[in-house]
Amino acid sequence: MQILRQPKQTRRPDMNSIPLTHILFVSTALFCIGMYGLFTRRNMITMLMSIELMLNSVNINFVAFNKYLWPEKLEGIFFTLFIITIAAAEAAIAIAIIINLYRSHNSIDVEDATELKY
Amino acid sequence: MEAAAIIFYLISAFILGTGILAVTTRKIFRSAIWLLFSLVGIAAMYFWLQVEFIAAVQIIVYVGGIVVLIIFSIFLTQQSGKEMAKPVTRRSLFGALAVVFGLALIYSIIAQYGFAEQATRPFGVTVDAIGTQMLSTTDHGFILPFEVVSMLLLASMIGCIVIAMKNRNTNDPEQQGPAGAKLMIHADFTSTQTDKEA
Repeated sequence: MQILRQPKQTRRPDMNSIPLTHILFVSTALFCIGMYGLFTRRNMITMLMSIELMLNSVNINFVAFNKYLWPEKLEGIFFTLFIITIAAAEAAIAIAIIINLYRSHNSIDVEDATELKY
Repeated sequence: MEAAAIIFYLISAFILGTGILAVTTRKIFRSAIWLLFSLVGIAAMYFWLQVEFIAAVQIIVYVGGIVVLIIFSIFLTQQSGKEMAKPVTRRSLFGALAVVFGLALIYSIIAQYGFAEQATRPFGVTVDAIGTQMLSTTDHGFILPFEVVSMLLLASMIGCIVIAMKNRNTNDPEQQGPAGAKLMIHADFTSTQTDKEA
């Protein structure tokens, strides 16, 4: 099995010409875009979208570190898988809460939900 | 510059451009569609990084699941053609300032740290390696987080149903329907009677 797979591994083109810092810069920029969306938007669904962007940027970081610094291990891959799973659960719960809030307040703007404010 | 580097910069520009459009456009449905493009671009980035399994999971879970869920909730809660209110100028200005300074800070830290320039060893991640380590009970196995996250998914599924379930009316809805109908017939009858009398 291993012997059969070996030539396929070596035939792959070597795509390591990009330094790690460039990938990290892309993921940092994506995180900051998500942060900007979270700061400026006041609609709950769009804030949830911004959070998804931030989680995705963290996933890129994990995979890049795993590939460039510890390529013989798989821990970054597992962190990415678990983050994707938990993000799916979080999005489902958040949308259930948003729909419930829309039923009671007729609006999903965060400025309108002020019962607990004072 | 090699083809791989050009592809990397194209994918990065695509991700960042569609991400910026997703957080700045004022029509909420377009925002969801730009988010979809950005997530597809991130899946392309995983393909570029040669982690095909993660790319497939990204497409299945995010593009097939979360974005569809978001679009459904937009249709349930909003008039999707309407433009959202413009954000307050002061808030967007200070948000942009905070983001730019944060980006500069993190980038200076990354540039100063001095990571290894290039990957020296080959990185080939096979699906059977992932599966074996995910379900192994030895020292570096991930069986315990796997089980915990499956319980988390079950709990969140039940929680979603409980939270989003429509709260039935407290004063006996089965009784209310026929009674209301009878009352309406009665009202109609009296109105016709009064009409006749008039």
